[in-house]
Formats: sequence, structure tokens, C-alpha cells
Amino acid sequence: MRVGCGPLTGTATCADCLRRSWLLAALAPNLDLVWKRRRPLRDVLALPDERLIDALGGGERPALLARREAFDAGAALRACQRAGVEPVCVHDARFPTRLRTGAGAPRMLHVAGGLARLGMLVGADPQVTVPVVAIVGTRKASPEGLEMARTLGRGLSRAGVTVVSGLALGIDSAAHVGALEGGGATVTVLAGAAEVAYPRSKAGLHAQILAQGCAVSELPPSFEPFRWCFPARNRIIAGLSQLTLVVEGAERSGSLITADFASALGRDVAAVPGRATSPRTRGSNGLIRDGAAVVLGVEDVLDAVLGFDRPLDARRTGAQRPSSLTPALAALLDAVAGGSDTLAALARTPAEADAAILGLAELEAQGLLRRSGGGRYVVVAA
Amino acid sequence: MSTFTLSGLEPHRVTVEVDLRSGLPSFTIVGLGDRAVREARERVQAAILNSGFKFPNQRVTVNLAPAYLRKTGPGFDLAIACGVLAASGQIPAGRLERLAVFGELALGGAIRPARGVLAVAEGVRDVGLDGLVVASERMGEAALVDAIVVHGAASLAQAVSVLRDQPVDDACNPTPGAPESPELRMTASSPAVGRVDLADVRGHASVLGSLTVAAAGGHNLLLTGPPGTGKTMLARRLPGILPPLTRAEALEVTRIQSVVGLRAASSLLLERPFRAPHHHISASGLVGGGAVPVPGEATLAHHGVLFLDELSEFSRDALEALRQPLEDGRVAIVRGQRTAIFPTRIMLVAATNPCPCGYLGSDRCCCSEPDLARHGRRLSGPLLDRIDLQVHVARPSATELRGPAHCTSATERERVMAARERQLARLEGSGATCNAHMNAAQVRRLVSLEADAERELWRDYDKGALSARGHQRVLRVARTVADLAASPTVRRVDVLHALGLRHEGGVRAESA
Repeated sequence: MRVGCGPLTGTATCADCLRRSWLLAALAPNLDLVWKRRRPLRDVLALPDERLIDALGGGERPALLARREAFDAGAALRACQRAGVEPVCVHDARFPTRLRTGAGAPRMLHVAGGLARLGMLVGADPQVTVPVVAIVGTRKASPEGLEMARTLGRGLSRAGVTVVSGLALGIDSAAHVGALEGGGATVTVLAGAAEVAYPRSKAGLHAQILAQGCAVSELPPSFEPFRWCFPARNRIIAGLSQLTLVVEGAERSGSLITADFASALGRDVAAVPGRATSPRTRGSNGLIRDGAAVVLGVEDVLDAVLGFDRPLDARRTGAQRPSSLTPALAALLDAVAGGSDTLAALARTPAEADAAILGLAELEAQGLLRRSGGGRYVVVAA
Repeated sequence: MSTFTLSGLEPHRVTVEVDLRSGLPSFTIVGLGDRAVREARERVQAAILNSGFKFPNQRVTVNLAPAYLRKTGPGFDLAIACGVLAASGQIPAGRLERLAVFGELALGGAIRPARGVLAVAEGVRDVGLDGLVVASERMGEAALVDAIVVHGAASLAQAVSVLRDQPVDDACNPTPGAPESPELRMTASSPAVGRVDLADVRGHASVLGSLTVAAAGGHNLLLTGPPGTGKTMLARRLPGILPPLTRAEALEVTRIQSVVGLRAASSLLLERPFRAPHHHISASGLVGGGAVPVPGEATLAHHGVLFLDELSEFSRDALEALRQPLEDGRVAIVRGQRTAIFPTRIMLVAATNPCPCGYLGSDRCCCSEPDLARHGRRLSGPLLDRIDLQVHVARPSATELRGPAHCTSATERERVMAARERQLARLEGSGATCNAHMNAAQVRRLVSLEADAERELWRDYDKGALSARGHQRVLRVARTVADLAASPTVRRVDVLHALGLRHEGGVRAESA
């Protein structure tokens, strides 16, 4: 076994970092206790190997130390190869630049979808700044929230900004879907192994992301996530991005944890405002109260990450309404955007209802509206 | 002498043969009867004695022919009693050759009405007998069948008088010669279209139009919406705007209800049936079944509305079983030796919450994406494929609740009937009676689209927003919308309107 730093021959990782990853997986059940007792996960993850074993190993300490001594880096590498993931550690030049800073930052990543591509998407060269934005939010999102996340993901990806998120249900997935629609610049950070879709129902989306973007994880192949892995994953999301954007998030939600990690790293935090009284957006609204930037559309995010002096074509992302829209249809579209988004809210009499059905169908046919659950319509922003 | 048994809804002639011979006194009934038939022994014996007749002190054998036919119910009592009396010479056998007898006997000799008198009367007509003796309470029902003479009898003694050609004691039998013809009765009770009226509905402006479209084209309808918004209330008002039953339809409906014993009235049923089975119903409860096939709710709703509230709570089996009845308008139940065919020409109206908690789309909703996916899966599939219209029912606002009603059942019904007339003229000879029942070929042949309507529809199809079946469905609904607007061709606005009412993407919440 090789001791000391420096990549193993022909790979982007060193035995030490591989062993660290193995150790985290081996200690995963114990780390769950740390999380349950609300100890600062970041500080625990910053501990060197021996002290981590000391702190968490309990009765298994000697056994763990022995297993650590016997760790076979070659076997770990072969396992990665079989799973189709490439390990990369901080000692390699191809490790994402932004992840190198901060206490408790991960020492290695397992990358599915190509290490070179990851470098292009999130930036591995300190000389080149690659714009990266994290979009996170609740799993139980409202139709508007989903549409907003998707629109933002699409607009950012179209403007050349990489969208980072966590493949969770709701906002996360919507952001990924939008980014794929806008050109595919998206990275998903997983709590479990990089090559396994979690939640499983998003396997299709996971495969699409691997085809056009990357999936990364701190933990070794075929690892199944414990509860602490999700906040730990959130620190990577925040670490990869220059700005973390919360679309909808309740109080004490995972998205707020991501935002906390981001502000601890000195990165920007932004949020999409929601209704003041809605529990679903209380967390994201709270961020705004505490000073997060307000995001009303793609433009606002681009202003924050690319600056106001960016080329004009990059600023032109907002959709223009087709000028052919009749005044009645334009008024209807405004009404839907203004919150009268069901047929019942738009029509008081059967005659009005007939007109509204026609108008909504017309706008839907022109691709300006989309149907959502509960009989609602949402405005599609290009 | 003849009586009838019912197999499913069909009457079958049964001949009662009675044989008396000397030997040890006994009374045996043979002929594949069920328990009710076997127990007829005691009822018949007691009724004969208690009516002042003599029960032959001989060996009595009663055969119900044909022997292979399974015979059910107590309707044979009267026929057996009359047969015994005729065989023992207490009444002349002459009239019994041309008359059928049907009814249950009380021990005291009174005649109780048995189920399915209307079906029996039709059987009497079909086999060419002259008349029928039934319980006097059910005379009206039997009299709906023209071309036979119906005799009412309140007791075995009165039935014997009829068979002896003697005048019946009128005190107990008020109906002979009553001037009411069935038609008269039909008009007389016609205003009772329904106690529920659209005039009671406040708000729901956006849903009312869809109800009219559904009624006009006979389209199946799905109402989604949060709990307590009025889905059931609206569905109950649907029969009231459907066109009235034609006489032939009314006879079918009355016969079904008489056979299952739902009705005791003696006149023709005029309201379209509305059946709302609970969601715990089994598949055989819904479409019919049982060892001896019994019609299910779908048949009871024949020519009317079958309302399935909380669609997602119905068992998969029950909903799957509805597919054939919805498609064919009838259901065949095969049981070993024979097949019962029940008509099920129904309009299906279903209601469901949009998500497990019911509040999808508002902040109160606490369902996660997997919850929604599961809910969507429960609803999805072939049944939704047969539902043309999907409408979301929102909670009416307080001002709307205080406001005036938008329309009455009477005005909407006129629009529906006008639209149906246009459909009937167009569908003449095609076997379908409304747009919803057109098959694919008929849609192609009979729905003429204007050029820009055609473009609109294909544009949606090319975008992948419509399936091939969805395309057909939009065409049918668009045809109905055009019929309501009295337009001979389907215009672009009709297609847009139909697209606005289609169901793809509605229940299944869009998942990112």
C-alpha cells in the first residue's frame, strides 16, 4: 500500500483519498448519530481519518483501524471502473476549483458522466471562471414553483450557466429538466453513489443527465445513502456553485441547509419570493428577509453571476410575447399570470366560461400556457 | 297451464303440469326449482285450504317444464295452486290454456306481487297467449304491455273467479276499465323531471357548460376537485338535462327495475335512472354477476347516469369490469349452462379528488410527487381512455354562493335536445344515437372539419400533445360543441373548445 499524497499512476486520485471515501462509507451508520444529535456535520467531516475513527468508531475502533490499514486502493479503483465512475481527489488538477476551499470540504468526488466534462461544467482551472448556479427547493413544490425552477434552469443553461442540483423530487428535478431543455449544462450531486439514481423514480432523468452532464458523489460506488448524506451532499452543491438559489423552501428544510453552507463559504444566496403566508415558502422568504438577493426571473440570476456588463445577446433571454396576440388573449394571459389561474377564477358566468375555455385553449396551443394539477394553468416563460 | 320464470332479464315460459293419482297422500314439486320453489308446497297447500277449496287427498306431482331450466323465485305459487285446483276439477281447465298466471301466495290465500311483472307480461305477449293474471297491485305495470288482457286478483279466490269467467268482486279490484292509458300516465307525471334542478346551483359557471356538452353528446364525464365543492351535487343534476326517455327506453328501464324489485309503482318510469354505488362495490355488483346472474349497477343505470364518486377508491377489478359495458352498451355474463345479457347503455360520470389529500394546487395540499404519481396511476388506464370530458370543479366564492343561478335545467335541457336532434339526423342508420357512440369510421365519415380546424388539430397532434385516441375524442366532443352551436361543420373554435375540455395532462399532475 502506498502512503502519502500524489495520484496513483494513471488515475486522478490517490490512495489516501480513496481510503477516506471508503472510511466515510464504513462509518456511515455512526455518522447518522452525529446528524441526529444535531452536531455540526461540517466540523466532524473536517476531522482527519484517525480522529474520525476515534470520535465515532465506538467499540469497533480497533477493527476499523485494522481494516483501514488493510485497505486495498487497487480494489477500490476496480470497483469504480466496474461502476463506470471516475474518482478524482483534491490532489489532482482536475478537481473542481470551488470545492477546494472551506472547512470540511470533500476530499474526493466520484464522477459519472466524464471527468473532463465535469471540469468544463464547474471549472477545474483556477484561471477560468465558469458560472455555476445551484437551484434547490422543496420536494413538495407548487405548480408555479416547479414551472419557475424549470424556467430558470432552462434560461441559465441557455445562457451558458451550469445548473447544479440534487435530483430530489420537486424543485431539484424541475431545475435539472429545465437545464436539459436549455442545452444540458447540469450537474447533479447525489447523496448515495453517483451511478445510482436516488430517488429511484428519477432514473430516467438521471440517465439523461449522464448523457449530457454529470452526476457526482463523495461516496463510493453502490453506496446507499443514510440521512446525514443529504446535508453532506448539500455542502457539495453549495461548494460547487457561486450562487445558491432557493426557489421554494419551508423552514428547517434541506434547501436552507444548502443556503447556510453557501453563506458560510461566502457565496451568494438568492431566493424566489413566495406568498408571505405560505408555509411552503416561509424558508425562502426568510432568506430574503435576511438579505438574500431577490430573483424574479432568469435575468436577475444572470445579473448576479455574469454581471451587468455581459454581452447583450446573453442578456436577451426573456421571451417576448408574440405581437399577434389579441388584446383579449393578452388580458387573459395577464390574468393567469396574476393568479387567476383556474377556469373558475376566470369566469363568473357560463358565457364567460365558454370564452375563457376558448382563450385558454388558444394560449395553450400557442405554447404560452401549460396545464398543471388541480385544474390550474401556469404561464410558460421561454 | 303457463307461467314464467326470469333468466337474467329475459322471461322464459314455464309450463306447470299437475298429476293426481291414488296412493299415499303427498305433494311433490319437480323441475329444477330453487328453495323458494320447493317451499311453494307449504304456501300452496295452506292457501288452497284457507281460501275454502279442497286440497286433493291424493298423491300430487307438479312438474315445471322445461326441466333443464333453472327456476327461481316465488312467482310460481299461484300457477301451481291453480294447476292443482284445475287437476282436481275445482275450476275448469279451459281458460287456463290461454292465460298465464304469475304471483306469490300468502298462507291466507292473498296474492302477493312478485318481481318482474313487466318482463312476464312481455313474455306473455311474445308467446302469443291472450292474457295474464297477476296481483292486482301490479296490474298497472303489466298493462304497460299492449295486446294482452291483464286480470288483477287480490287473492286466490279472485284468481279462481277470473279463471271461471265470473265477475270479480270489484271492491278489492278497482282497476278494470280504468281510463288511464299508459301514455296518459306518462304525460300526467311528466313534470316530475327531477326534484333537483340546475336552478339550485350557485357559482360553478365554468362547469355548467361542460355538463351541457356532456349531456348533449352523451359523453362520459370526469369531475375533479377538492372535497366538498359540489361534484356530487352537479352530477345529480345531470339526468335532469338529459332528453326524456322515449317510450321504448322507458319500458326497458321499468322492466329492469321491476325485475330487481327496485320499484313498486305501477306506472312507467319517466326519470332517467341515476345510480351512485359506493366505492366498496365489487366487480359483480357493478356489472352484474352471481351464480344466478343478477344485473349490476351498470344495468340499473341503463339509459341513465352511473355516478362513481371517489373514482380512485374503487377497486381495480370493478373498474376494469366496466370496460366492456362502456364499449358495447351491454354485458354478457356466462354461467355454465347459459349466458345472461344485460343492457348497459350508460353515461358514466365519475368524480375524484385531484390528489390523495384533495387540495392539489393550493397551499393546503400536502401530497408529495410519489403520492401524486400513485394517485394518477390508480386513475389512469383504459377507463380514463373512455372518458371524453374532464372538468375541474373549484370551490365557489362567497359572492357566487350569494349570487343568482346561471341557468335552469329546463333551458339547458332544451339546448341538449336540440343538439341531440341534429345528431340523430346525422347519425341516422348508423346505429349510434349520440356523438359519444360514434366509432372511428363514423367519426371519419360524419365529422366534417373546416380547414383551419383541421390544421389546429393536427398541430396539436404533431406536437405530441394528443394521442391517436385523444384525437378521436377531441373530434367527438368538438362535434357536440358544434351541434350545440347549431353549426353544420366543425369550426376552429369548436376544436379549441374541445381541446380545452380534454383530459390529457389534467389529472396526472405534470411532473417535472
